[in-house]
Amino acid sequence: MSETLPISITVNGKVRKANVEPRLLLVHFLRENLALTGTHIGCDTSQCGACTIQLDGRSAKSCTLFAVQADGSEIMTIEGLAKDGELHPLQEGFWEEHGLQCGYCTPGMIMSGVQLLADNPHPTEAEIRKGIDGNFCRCTGYQHIVKSIQYAANKG
Amino acid sequence: MIPTQFEYKRASSLDDAIALLQASKGDGKLLAGGHSLVPLMKLRLSEPGVLIDIARIPMLSGISEKDGKVEVGATTTHHAVATSELLQRLCPVLSDAAGEIGDPQVRNRGTLGGSLAHSDPAADYPAVILALNAEVHLKGPGGWRAVKGDDFFQAMFTVDMAEDEVIVGVQVVPQKVAGYAKLHQKASHYAIVGVCAVLDVAGGTINSARVAVTGASSHAQRLTEVENALAGKPLNQATIDAAAALAGATLEDVNADIHASAAYRKAMVKVFTRRALEKAASRA
Repeated sequence: MSETLPISITVNGKVRKANVEPRLLLVHFLRENLALTGTHIGCDTSQCGACTIQLDGRSAKSCTLFAVQADGSEIMTIEGLAKDGELHPLQEGFWEEHGLQCGYCTPGMIMSGVQLLADNPHPTEAEIRKGIDGNFCRCTGYQHIVKSIQYAANKG
Repeated sequence: MIPTQFEYKRASSLDDAIALLQASKGDGKLLAGGHSLVPLMKLRLSEPGVLIDIARIPMLSGISEKDGKVEVGATTTHHAVATSELLQRLCPVLSDAAGEIGDPQVRNRGTLGGSLAHSDPAADYPAVILALNAEVHLKGPGGWRAVKGDDFFQAMFTVDMAEDEVIVGVQVVPQKVAGYAKLHQKASHYAIVGVCAVLDVAGGTINSARVAVTGASSHAQRLTEVENALAGKPLNQATIDAAAALAGATLEDVNADIHASAAYRKAMVKVFTRRALEKAASRA
């Protein structure tokens, strides 16, 4: 193993410190070092978006970042969305509108939804579809995902 | 997919980055957004021994106006370019093109300098840099250098940039009458073809035009046959249609892959040249 570097990353409000190999991908750091397995690895080629997280307030694909690049940053994962046992409006929307079938893409979809609604709280259907451009779903045909995000937008 | 081992160094300044590049003796690669480099490293198509992270050097990021020119720093993200009020006002085509790169997550991380240095045959920015006649500013051990887009993009993945040079940013004379039109590859959002058209129009007549295409061949290049057909003509639909019909006539080695055959790409070069010209005309 090559030399490790110390990193300190705030994940879902908690400071997490570790010594990591530079080549450790952020998604592996989250899933394996921190056991936050809600962030999924799908294509592993920065296309499918299953690994989407928020890095310093902007959505990013954690399979295409090294953990060392996020040193000193703030990260929010799907596990950080619910507050005091209350689902985030997007989580509630995916529940109410049946926004998933197998659920593999769901954490990434929701994290992209978080970005979309932060930038544009009341998007049109076309804007929602553009906002989830970086996320693939192979089950739903996207119809119910769009409705789930509309549900959250209407709540907000 | 896990890349081969490498050393990670964070550069504290531009000169520090150049010194680290020199010290790496050709085995170093610059890292900013990493959205071209990291995928290549994961596939082990690129195996640098040293990564020099320049993402936190403040002077490399940002968009500013100076003496009638706009400067965009190398580590400015596509998202920042796409949403820049300054660019949307002064040089909207640059924002348009940035907004069509990849997807939201990619635009949040990917950078202008990274896209130019990598020079993917289907990247969006190179066509825009060529059409805007922008300058790429570089710094190396020998000092500063400015290279026009025409000289910067040389071949597939090949640009006029030495191993120990850093792209500092791009400088452009803002031009409003310009449009970018792109046929997306739906999964990756690379350009199957992308065309940028910039028109110099006065009194309803096109004085000159610069038109460039990406995605169609080994690297972005000018469509001089279209430029020549536009120069001196009245700006109207007939002029646009006639010029666009010539687009791609001189392109050699047109790309073909599972997404589009060479014949289809050639046909689309004409269509997207017309659309880029129509967008530009709508801003005249």
